[in-house]
Amino acid sequence: MSRDWPLWEVFVRSRGGLSHKHVGSVHAADAAMAVEAARDVYTRRMEGISLWVAPSAAITASDPAESGSMFDPAEDKVYRHPTFYSIPDTIKHI
Amino acid sequence: MAGASKMTPLARYALRLGDDALVLGQRLGEWCGKAPALEIDLALANLGLDLIGQATLLLGYAGEAEGAGRDADQLAFHRDVMDFSNCLLVEQPNGDFARTIARQFLFSAWRLPLFQALSASADAALAAVAKKAVKETAYHLRFSREWVIRLGAGTDESRRRMTDGLDWCWRFVDEMFGPDEVTAALGGIAPDPATLRPAFDGEIDRALAEAGLPRPPARRAVVGGRVGRHSEHLGHLLAEMQFLPRAYPEAKW
Repeated sequence: MSRDWPLWEVFVRSRGGLSHKHVGSVHAADAAMAVEAARDVYTRRMEGISLWVAPSAAITASDPAESGSMFDPAEDKVYRHPTFYSIPDTIKHI
Repeated sequence: MAGASKMTPLARYALRLGDDALVLGQRLGEWCGKAPALEIDLALANLGLDLIGQATLLLGYAGEAEGAGRDADQLAFHRDVMDFSNCLLVEQPNGDFARTIARQFLFSAWRLPLFQALSASADAALAAVAKKAVKETAYHLRFSREWVIRLGAGTDESRRRMTDGLDWCWRFVDEMFGPDEVTAALGGIAPDPATLRPAFDGEIDRALAEAGLPRPPARRAVVGGRVGRHSEHLGHLLAEMQFLPRAYPEAKW
């Protein structure tokens, strides 16, 4: 049996309207304690107004060994970036 | 003792609340680098820094009310043990993690209703400090309560340690609720400490019930901190805390 508490991934919403962003992880015995640990480790300097924690074990990650087939095909598809449109000068906030 | 008793009741009151925060803040700082996990290391240091912040405000105000030109630093670092008026609970050694949690829980469960009452104090400066401290203290209470519950409802060992920790600290509880000539002289400014007891008892009983822990057996209360009669532990704490500013009075960060 591991002597360590389970690992939790921590997500912080820095202010209203923004999404929660992954900032790191904490060890904690359960979810409620993970929120408290995350508060003390990641929001001491007013970094956020909301916290999520999720068990690290619940995250399914892509396999680094397959990153070639997963991500490289996007490399030559520059047309997927919306950079081929001319934007009228009168449009300011885009 | 000579120093404190010459102060006005208001100055003495701010001083004792400041001393509570200062001494407990220093105690929590002793965990830094030694706590059971990094997360707890940071959590206890955060609690300690909240308390040092409260101490700075309260001791600063005590110095102002005294009117003898002493600031928060002079009161913190240039008084001797008998001039400290903190309650005995806060100077008790950390012990194991469970005892530290027990001390924090009992202290915060008293301190939160106190600051809530002080928020409506006729003294505007005390009310302002209290309003700021209410949020911090509510978190200290939440943090320590959660740990009381988890240790109490955890393994046989954690349960034994939590029970021992509460048992060890229990004899120092009554002192926090004892009215004296200082609080008696501050009607409208400071609440009668006895009126805070129901909120404290309710908080303790709820947490103990959830943790499945027995209420600690009644013990003969140990008192004296408010008038400078301290356990031997406080002197050691002050020696460590005060050494640097006394040895190097001109030292600057």
